Amino acid sequence: MTTPNAIEIAGLTKRYGTLTAVDHITFEVWRGELFGLIGPDGAGKTTLFRLLTTLLDPDEGRATVDGLDIVTQYREIRKRVGYMPGRFSLYPDLSVAENLEFFAALFGVKVEANYDLIAPIYRQIEPFRKRRAGKLSGGMKQKLALCCALIHRPSVLFLDEPTTGVDAVSRGEFWDMLFNLKRQGISILVSTPYMDEACRCDRIALCDNGHLLGIDTPAGIVAQFDEPLYALSGSDMYGLLLEARRADGVKECYPFGASHHLVVAEGFDAEAFERQLRQRGFKAVTVEPVQAGIEDVFMKLMQR
Amino acid sequence: MSGFLHFVKKETLHILRDRRTMLIVLLMPVVQVLLFGFAISTEVNNIEFFAVAPHRTEAVRQQIERMNANPYFSFKGYIDQKRIDRVLRSGQAAAVVVFADDYDRLVEGAAVGAIDEAAVQFVVDASNPNNAGTDLIYLQQAFLGDGSVTAGSAPAVRILYNPQMKSSYNFVPGIMGLIFILICAMMTSVSIVREKESGTMEVLLVSPVRPIWIISAKMIPYFLLSCLALATILLLAHYVLGVPMSGSMVGLVGLSLLYLVLSLALGLFISTVSHTQVVAILVSGMLLMLPVIMLSGMLFPVENMPGILRALSCVIPARWYIEAVRKLMIGGQPFVAVWQESAILLAMTVVLVVVALKKFNDKLES
Amino acid sequence: MNDVIISVQDLCKCFGDFTAVDHITFEVRRGEIFGFLGANGAGKTTAMRMLCGLSYPTSGSGRVAGFDVMTQGEQIKRHIGYMSQRFSLYDDLTVRENIRLYAGIYGLGRYETLRRTVSVLNRLHFRSEADTLVGSLPLGWKQKLAFSVATLHRPEVVFLDEPTGGVDPVTRRQFWEMIYEAAAGGTTVFVTTHYMDEAEYCSRVSIMVDGKIEALGAPAELKREFGAESMDELFRILARGAKRSE
Repeated sequence: MTTPNAIEIAGLTKRYGTLTAVDHITFEVWRGELFGLIGPDGAGKTTLFRLLTTLLDPDEGRATVDGLDIVTQYREIRKRVGYMPGRFSLYPDLSVAENLEFFAALFGVKVEANYDLIAPIYRQIEPFRKRRAGKLSGGMKQKLALCCALIHRPSVLFLDEPTTGVDAVSRGEFWDMLFNLKRQGISILVSTPYMDEACRCDRIALCDNGHLLGIDTPAGIVAQFDEPLYALSGSDMYGLLLEARRADGVKECYPFGASHHLVVAEGFDAEAFERQLRQRGFKAVTVEPVQAGIEDVFMKLMQR
Repeated sequence: MSGFLHFVKKETLHILRDRRTMLIVLLMPVVQVLLFGFAISTEVNNIEFFAVAPHRTEAVRQQIERMNANPYFSFKGYIDQKRIDRVLRSGQAAAVVVFADDYDRLVEGAAVGAIDEAAVQFVVDASNPNNAGTDLIYLQQAFLGDGSVTAGSAPAVRILYNPQMKSSYNFVPGIMGLIFILICAMMTSVSIVREKESGTMEVLLVSPVRPIWIISAKMIPYFLLSCLALATILLLAHYVLGVPMSGSMVGLVGLSLLYLVLSLALGLFISTVSHTQVVAILVSGMLLMLPVIMLSGMLFPVENMPGILRALSCVIPARWYIEAVRKLMIGGQPFVAVWQESAILLAMTVVLVVVALKKFNDKLES
Repeated sequence: MNDVIISVQDLCKCFGDFTAVDHITFEVRRGEIFGFLGANGAGKTTAMRMLCGLSYPTSGSGRVAGFDVMTQGEQIKRHIGYMSQRFSLYDDLTVRENIRLYAGIYGLGRYETLRRTVSVLNRLHFRSEADTLVGSLPLGWKQKLAFSVATLHRPEVVFLDEPTGGVDPVTRRQFWEMIYEAAAGGTTVFVTTHYMDEAEYCSRVSIMVDGKIEALGAPAELKREFGAESMDELFRILARGAKRSE
């Protein structure tokens, strides 16, 4: 007998009045996979998480978690999943240790029983075990919330925007932790609005407005970008942006960190364009071909 | 079971950590009992009065002396009929007792039932109607003494159970009705809704524990806190205010515990219909506290209300509770005397618990 | 020539024995987009509050738009715009009502209010949404509107506290173009963000660690100075040494 996929979703739909928050979504998360749901606020990520964690019932479609149906077998699912909602759901007036003990009791386990699983994470916050959770920094709250979600050794872990509002350093550490958990065989579904985090996942689904825009490995997603792409930079970035949009052969131009990305038509002459910009008085202009990122793909899919 | 104890412990920690709220909960019964008992009282001490008596006969003098001996009254002197208005208006006195010209004859005639005409008239300053009403009752009471003397057609009023008409007696049951609603209903509903707001409810729901266990665990500390308040109030009422507590104590405590459960169920119900703490506070404030204060008979007697309000007061649990407590605590009646109120409260509790549990599902309502 | 719009010397803010902001010194020139970066708890919010005239420094001095942060908090408030991720607009008012409300707060006349309302609605292509409740708009639209409202009274400096959190990439870029446009028009933009690619859009950035400014300069210069490939890497290099958190 083959073990079922960690999560299987088929045509799942959830409506709130006239708004369709999750619109016929279909995908599966394989066992032991770190799967990322990438999309902005309002994409339907949280609703999808609530459906899969059996907090909401779908209007259409079906889904299983760990082989169990989310509607009919929801009590069984609740024993097997770990869930970290968008807001770090800890008790701010309880200490770090008290929070952990409470969540262990909630799942009917002792903290010691699964200590090995959370140890690498918990050790970082253990010096503050007597501190109230409300007095922790964003990064430490996030670690404690993760420990609480892991304390019963779930087989599937749901993390809804665990890195939102957390600084870049803590975010990096958090993804390292997820990678370690994955290696211990836990399947993880994680959502994030930060496109740059997508590359840390095995596979990702891009979503917007309740729809999936694409599902693939990060490399596969990036490979979908089939148009030539250039990076433009120079001294007056705003001026360059306006100028590039007027130029022939440039289909699109948008700011992209240190440079602007140009989506261009076939036969675009980068050198000629660069010369032309210099003649117009722009300094230190460079136009170079560049590899598309997830964000480039996302924007392209979004505007379709 | 150890899980359950863990939940109770967690909830207790929440309460203990919130020092300010806990202090308020512990001090409120004390403050309210003392405040209503001493400071805010509708009883009137030392009513100053003048008398108008065309003929100061022996009977008139005796009557005035008797009243002056009463600690609630002080006699300021005789005045002329024309000055009545002036002394009342200037606030020199709260009342004027006007004896009839032929007072002696009227009293004697009334005693044998031959004459049916008033022998005295009370003129009372009613700028504060509440006080005026009380003054009038006091005056009648004092004037008629033990009832052996009837004056004209004036009805002989006898005030039972609370002969000094001490208003603090009346307030104690009311305060109990109010405080338990506050602790049990308002605080539990706020504490449940707080978990919804902070997102912890989501995690609780996505756990194998049936949420109803968590909710019950939540209620236990509040129940105990209310018991503490109950003890405080009863002790204060008896030893400080001197409430007799001559009725069935077992009945009183039992009834109060029933009322606590009812309030907890109300709190649970409120938590299922509100999504934010502010809404929970408003709902418990407007839907529970206000009716308890206005309609339960705590401040205004139910009997004096217009029909609609009287009907409305029937669905307010506090009304029945307060009425029963009054009977047990002040009326000194046995438990049988309040079986009706108890039955109504029990029925209300059962209905509320069932409805609240039905409404509280283990999914996020959408 | 008065082209320094914010100048801060040795600004400190202590809460008890905790020094939230520890002798920071920097200048921002008119028309700059200044990125104010730092890890959670580094003291960004505290510093920003002082610059907006919302709290008094413990010591040090600073001037914003020509006013002293120690003594002229009220004047500062009138000459700056402020927008945060969390609260900026009233969800239960319409787009038009929100604009009118802020115009009123900053004392714009009736004619001026009308004129700027039309101009904001046109610029955002919001004409058909003018009477929609703000609460029902998508987040990205709300943030664009909030920025327009924060700059409605043509402030000399506008402070943006994580304006683009959770906004989709397309709208995020539209938002930054609005910032560029405002800066090109002479408004100074002072912005905090957790998106390190957005830090690259800034003319200059400062990076705060444990209450102190550890790096200050144009993104390209800083990357060269610290030998970092990207702002993200630079940020990690600096913030990794942080001792404290909120």
